[in-house]
Amino acid sequence: MAEPATKAASKAQPQPVTLMSVVAPALGWLIPGAGHLIQKRWGRGLLLMASIVAMFVLGILLEGKVYAFNTGDILDMLGFVGDLGAGGLYIVTRAMDWGRGAINLATADYGTKYIIVSGLLNIISAVDAYDIAIGKKP
Amino acid sequence: MTLQLSHFSAAVIFAFFASIVFGITQRSTRREMVRYGAYCFVLFVVGTIAAGWLMWLLRH
Repeated sequence: MAEPATKAASKAQPQPVTLMSVVAPALGWLIPGAGHLIQKRWGRGLLLMASIVAMFVLGILLEGKVYAFNTGDILDMLGFVGDLGAGGLYIVTRAMDWGRGAINLATADYGTKYIIVSGLLNIISAVDAYDIAIGKKP
Repeated sequence: MTLQLSHFSAAVIFAFFASIVFGITQRSTRREMVRYGAYCFVLFVVGTIAAGWLMWLLRH
């Protein structure tokens, strides 16, 4: 009877902070898939990188909008948070002044959503890299 | 360079890439990743078609 309680208690204990548990998610955020690649999960890393980068680039090509920091409409603020999840892709896009958004194109709205979702997927990917780093996932 | 996609193709491409990421991040073994990714893809596409028909019914 006491064993499940012991297991639960051991699961609740904080994981030790290792260098990899900090570097992997940070690098994974900055470069999509890199958090997996640095831990030698080559297949997963390359697939994540290809998927997230392709979605982001397609969003730009569809003339989607890239949100800048703002304190206006709540949806604009959430859009910025989602876009920021793309890490290095977002930084490069803002630096190059891409992603102004074409309001005259119906499909440009798809581009905006592609960009936001690629950022959100990159955050999931970075969290997954952290789980691998702490040994929670093989 | 700009790209023009139909609504359906945009939804399918979205489903494809999102399913890959979901499959890899939400499951632990390779087999489970493939199965879950395929499951998500089917749900995305079927959901898109169902939503399309629902909107058609509302319109008519």
